[in-house]
Amino acid sequence: MATISFSPKDQYNAFITTLNEAESGPGALSGIPVAVKDNISTRGIPTTCGSRILEGYVPPYDAHVVTLLKKAGAAIVGKSNMDEFGMGTTTENSAFGPTKNPADPSRVPGGSSGGSAAAVASGMVRMALGTDTGGSIRCPAAFCGIVGHKPTYGRVSRYGLIAYANSLEQIGPMARSVSDISLLMEVLTKYDPRDSTAVDCHYSHTPDPEIRGLKIGVPEEFFGEGVDPRVASAVWDGITLLERKGAEIVTCRMPSMAYALAAYYVTCTSEASSNLARFDGVRYGPPADTKLPWHEAFQQRRQSGFGTEVKRRIMLGTFALSSGYYGKYYAKAQAARQQVRNDFLHLFRTVDVIAGPTMPTVAFRLGEKTDPLSMYLSDILTVPANLAGIPSISVPCGKSEGLPVGLQIMGPHFRDERVIDVAYAFEQGVSR
Amino acid sequence: MVSERDVLHIAELADIGIDKEELAEFTGRFNEILDYFDILDQVGAGETREADLVNVFREDVVDPSLTKDEVLANTPDPEDGFFRAPRVM
Amino acid sequence: MTDDAPISRPASEGVTRWPGEKISDIQRQTQPANIRMDFSDDEVIIGLEIHCQLDTATKLFCGCSTDYRDDSPNTHVCPVCLGLPGSLPRVNKKAIGYALRVGKALNCTVLEESEFARKNYFYPDLNKGFQITQYDKPLAVRGYLDIEGDDGEKRVRITRVHVEEDPGRLVHKGGADRAKYTLVDYNRAGIPLIEIVTEPDLRSPKEARKFLNKLRATLEYLGVFDSEKEGSLRVDANISIQPKGWFEKEGKGKEGRGRAEVKNISSYKGVEKALTFEVTRQKNALRRGQRLETATRHFVETRGITTASRSKEMEQDYRYFPEPDLRPLRVCDWAAGIVLPELPDARRARFLGQYGCSPIHARTLTGDLRLAEFYEQVAETDPILAATWVADTLLGELNYRDMSVSKVSPGWFRALILLIKEGSVTDKGGVEVLRSLLDQIRESGSCETPDECVGRLGLIVIERTGGAGDADDPVAMAAREVVAEQPQAVADFHAGKKEAFNFLVGQVMKKTRGRAKPADVNQVLLGILGKEG
Repeated sequence: MATISFSPKDQYNAFITTLNEAESGPGALSGIPVAVKDNISTRGIPTTCGSRILEGYVPPYDAHVVTLLKKAGAAIVGKSNMDEFGMGTTTENSAFGPTKNPADPSRVPGGSSGGSAAAVASGMVRMALGTDTGGSIRCPAAFCGIVGHKPTYGRVSRYGLIAYANSLEQIGPMARSVSDISLLMEVLTKYDPRDSTAVDCHYSHTPDPEIRGLKIGVPEEFFGEGVDPRVASAVWDGITLLERKGAEIVTCRMPSMAYALAAYYVTCTSEASSNLARFDGVRYGPPADTKLPWHEAFQQRRQSGFGTEVKRRIMLGTFALSSGYYGKYYAKAQAARQQVRNDFLHLFRTVDVIAGPTMPTVAFRLGEKTDPLSMYLSDILTVPANLAGIPSISVPCGKSEGLPVGLQIMGPHFRDERVIDVAYAFEQGVSR
Repeated sequence: MVSERDVLHIAELADIGIDKEELAEFTGRFNEILDYFDILDQVGAGETREADLVNVFREDVVDPSLTKDEVLANTPDPEDGFFRAPRVM
Repeated sequence: MTDDAPISRPASEGVTRWPGEKISDIQRQTQPANIRMDFSDDEVIIGLEIHCQLDTATKLFCGCSTDYRDDSPNTHVCPVCLGLPGSLPRVNKKAIGYALRVGKALNCTVLEESEFARKNYFYPDLNKGFQITQYDKPLAVRGYLDIEGDDGEKRVRITRVHVEEDPGRLVHKGGADRAKYTLVDYNRAGIPLIEIVTEPDLRSPKEARKFLNKLRATLEYLGVFDSEKEGSLRVDANISIQPKGWFEKEGKGKEGRGRAEVKNISSYKGVEKALTFEVTRQKNALRRGQRLETATRHFVETRGITTASRSKEMEQDYRYFPEPDLRPLRVCDWAAGIVLPELPDARRARFLGQYGCSPIHARTLTGDLRLAEFYEQVAETDPILAATWVADTLLGELNYRDMSVSKVSPGWFRALILLIKEGSVTDKGGVEVLRSLLDQIRESGSCETPDECVGRLGLIVIERTGGAGDADDPVAMAAREVVAEQPQAVADFHAGKKEAFNFLVGQVMKKTRGRAKPADVNQVLLGILGKEG
């Protein structure tokens, strides 16, 4: 056991909690400082989800991925900042203040895993864990100019991940290089029976940059309305690079993209409205006011403990599940979700991976986006992978207006190896 | 269209207190978002998720529970091992 | 019926509030009160929702032990059943197997695919702000259970059988009305429950009780339920009074007169009590010309009454949706492979044939698994005699003491029956021994042998040593004394009054403290009285 000391300046507000001294043992990640997003439970270390409602909560147990990191010898040096409960695209919705983008501190780092992305991009840590419910790993990876991978749903145990939208989210690696992503994937994918939705499918792979003959589908919808032409052009350049390396580019359609964002927001808010009901202050968190009657105490607590966006999403989800509206919203969202899944299954019969931009734009200015709907719309390109449960990686792909752009590569279920290979090939191609 | 009254009802159902000042803002945003959700009306019903992974179980074998200290560590004033909650009557 | 039961009042008294009833529950009709006294054209319609704890070793979604009853609060909890953030449920396979056994025994169809769902509501006994239960895809549907109803054999239809988790336990120090806050114990949270819902096929509180008894026996025979564990059964009952034939004609879902949904009855006796109270309350309301609204009511066990509960419960919107942390169940082929044990009806038939029990004894003995098994352990002594002693005498004495048959050892009970069979102890003496032994068990957990007890109480049968006139014969001596002491009874006997003879027999038995054989007493008394005559 070695002790790694960690006392960064944290000028980007990437961390909610840092550990000045972190233990590190032998293993594949021995001595590597790793940041863990603050919605992942760490025994003995406060875990807040970026929310006042969990302030002071110290989990009595480790999330499965934290156990795995420790076993691999990694030094967990801090808990990274995030949008409250993962609800945001900028990391501005944190009760502990916004994180800034190391590529341009006047910009947001993206979200919700903005703290992890900033910690990696600024070099404070070599790698980090993020979580991705609708793009929360890939968006900040793209905005900060690092690599971020959302694994296939079920490949990484969610045990210990404080749920926002259970059926959509996965824990995944963030790093500056694809090979570090691959290294972390090898550690994180060890099967855990405690997550009933997990599948025993260990990732054991060395990235292979050979992509000759690979068919890459590019859906028109990924370059549609709302996608900044400069971003589109940077991404096309990237796709062309892959073509030059021997891949075949096939343009295609994904009609279900029309419903994907609505299906995503109905589903995640519905699940969130239920997941966030447990923070009643009885068992943990700031204690409930026992002078008031139950419902009054609970209403007050939720009013003051949650930020505006969290309250909005809880109320949206409550509405979508309520009697008389379930059929219009929740049930329809599930049908639309099936269409997204079907579209991908259909496309993967003829192409090996699907590529497009990760985000429609570059990083916003801090405070620039105030309107929730337009914020939601910026998730349009990342949510389809979550709805379908497929693996998706974002890899840095040049710049636009001097800011990083991300290339997104999606693959079939449990073919994380393939998207990582393509990202690796791209990374090698760019650096050469 | 949802009215401010509808939003109050939803807040009640969600057990979230909201201030009068917040109400107009919430209602306006709600309507924008719900208008956008209307696109789901175009989705045909019927098709449901086919389950690929079913019957995930654990055996009926006792695992150790948490220690009393661990259980009560996050609550400031337990009483005789009980958690304390606001009264429900 | 308890003292708290409503007394019928004339309609002219106007709106009278029953204990716990709110003004808003009582809606007077605008037309003049129509005083009704005759309910012969009406019938009681009852449907039940029964929650039973499944007798698994661990909870439904985590590995915490279910053996919590003697332990201090919050000692059988883990991140899952405490609802700690990030914890995930895992389904206990045995609980599903048990529930399928129940579904099969209740002749249900097991759905090809079933799933868990979240029932969302806020209450401190819920560790997660929702309960994991089953909603539109329950484990099993459409079954039945045959019972001995009010008018003979009856088939009660089962709507559905599903699995869910028990919430935690709330404690209010100083009573629910006075406590300043609520105390919560999550040891019970996550115990597997099976919910069984019947169609509204029951027609009286007594029938409901009989249904529950049969259901309990069935669950115990299946080995999935232990009715002796405190709080292991809870019942919600729907009850209304409708014109005869209304239900058959209109069917489910049609609104007739309002029904009461009586929540959370936690004992078998409580169900009959609560429903009997409701029948009276509803009939009284109808007598007074009031319109009955469908409403939730709570059973107050200590007072034997139901009280109106807050109207909010009626408006609950539980926002059910499929539990995203669990995968669907496809277990209908398991059900096909389940071999059911002998159930109460089959065992009753066997008792009739194998032991020659009377139909009534067979029904009583097989109506409770422990009693049936106890009987089979003592039946070898003399099946018919043992049936009487177990089903009538022992059961009565146990009920009187609120004791379970599991406290009685078949060994000494066999010995007692043999003493009776051999004639070493009279029936009356046998009862005295039984009472003494049961009292000893209740006090100290153990007891002496029947032989020791007979000796200590001096209950060994008095053997005759001579005829009616024999000076040394103890029975004859006692009989002569009685005849001398009761001249009036003797005169009545001679005047042809049969009861007088029975009285004299009783007096002789009393004098011998029940140790004389009744046949001896008859013979000796007749001998003495005959001489006199």
